[in-house]
Amino acid sequence: MTAPLRSLSARGAPLADPEAQRAELDAVRLDGPNFAARLQAQGAWPLRRAPLGVLQLNLGKLCNMSCRHCHVDAGPDRIAENMDGPTADRCAELIVESSAHTVDLTGGAPELNPHFRRLVQAARAAGKHVIDRCNLSVLCLARGAELVDFLAEHEVEVVASLPHPRATNTDAQRGEGAFARSVEGMRRLNAAGYGNGDPRRRLTLMHNPAGAFLPSGQAGLERRYRDSLLREHGLRFDRLIALNNMPIARFLEWLLERGQLEAYMQTLTGAFNPAAIDGMMCRDTLSVSWDGRVFDCDFNQMLDIPILNAEGAPLHVRELRLDELRASAVRVGPHCFGCSAGAGSSCGGATA
Amino acid sequence: MSDPTAAGPKGAPSTYYAPSDLPKFGQIAQGNPALAEAFFGYYNQVFAEGALTAREKALIALAVAHTVQCPYCIDAYTSACLEHGSDLPEMTEALHVATAIRGGASLVHGVQMLEQVKRKGMA
Repeated sequence: MTAPLRSLSARGAPLADPEAQRAELDAVRLDGPNFAARLQAQGAWPLRRAPLGVLQLNLGKLCNMSCRHCHVDAGPDRIAENMDGPTADRCAELIVESSAHTVDLTGGAPELNPHFRRLVQAARAAGKHVIDRCNLSVLCLARGAELVDFLAEHEVEVVASLPHPRATNTDAQRGEGAFARSVEGMRRLNAAGYGNGDPRRRLTLMHNPAGAFLPSGQAGLERRYRDSLLREHGLRFDRLIALNNMPIARFLEWLLERGQLEAYMQTLTGAFNPAAIDGMMCRDTLSVSWDGRVFDCDFNQMLDIPILNAEGAPLHVRELRLDELRASAVRVGPHCFGCSAGAGSSCGGATA
Repeated sequence: MSDPTAAGPKGAPSTYYAPSDLPKFGQIAQGNPALAEAFFGYYNQVFAEGALTAREKALIALAVAHTVQCPYCIDAYTSACLEHGSDLPEMTEALHVATAIRGGASLVHGVQMLEQVKRKGMA
């Protein structure tokens, strides 16, 4: 049996430092102009914010899984970096203050944070749509059945990572036995009414490639998942979204180990799609980290590229004024090609 | 045995196949643009979603690529199969279909051998 992967942080790997990750990305020689120049050529520079639609709260890096491609470098060994009570309190206020229609809870495994449930409750009481970015296997832990009931009762949309509808690729990316546990997690969700077309119990599966290539069309992949999961396991879901892998943290490490970083970046830049710019999630999303700092997106968060306050210091939720945020431009880097490649990629799937 | 990595005579490439040639496929239009346009138009239509899905067509193409032993096609349709959500066990099964037909095609000619043995032999 393969030993579980430890986080970059626990291994003391140089790439645990976001600055080292940015340096690796900056060192890649791209064919053609950089991301900012591509936006300029499309008349989309600087990249301005649209009205806030999604408040994404990253509750921490603790996760019961340890996936090869994780851009968060999450895992069971990341017990220190998790949102505390006062930060969760401020996020709950922000949920009420904000005009965002959706509160998107992510991690790590956000369900493992002790404040997860009250944030869900606060968001639902404020009339927000709530998304739980779920790894499925967390539903098989002790109290998993209770968690499923809680999600169903609060009509939380479950956006579940499942890189492939069969075991080989899923286990290669997410660890031995991950597919079997994912199937069990889906079975529990189906039993609670998820995946049967009920908008109050929406089960969305999230595909990302198990390797250094881009996903093909979302619609075709959805048919493939539907057929395979129903035929082989009797499982149902409501929709599938496809995401590109981001060259950050452990996926960056994997690319470097195989000498594939430059080739993957050329794949992303070669597939640059101007039609994906408008729908880039950084335009209508605000991303809050476990320690309360504010970012344009979860990827900027992991690369430590924060939104800055008037003094040029990282903006914190304590001082955040949502009405002032609109004026700030999105901060970009080479990793942004990950969201503009092919059919586009976002936490909501394809954007073009 | 000669060094396979050595350059060929007068600077010619030492191998008939170079991965960097695959992206140049479109340059084949230089000699006859109309035929190339017709071919690539047909090609793209063939691989579009139809009665068969794009994923199924990529698996067929992968099997055929191994049968015609085209390294360019093997690279291209390995990638296409992965992108369309196929995994290694599925891709390997597709190859075995090609292998079975190819092997079967040899073996089924054995019937001709048997007939000839019956005509010519005493056994």
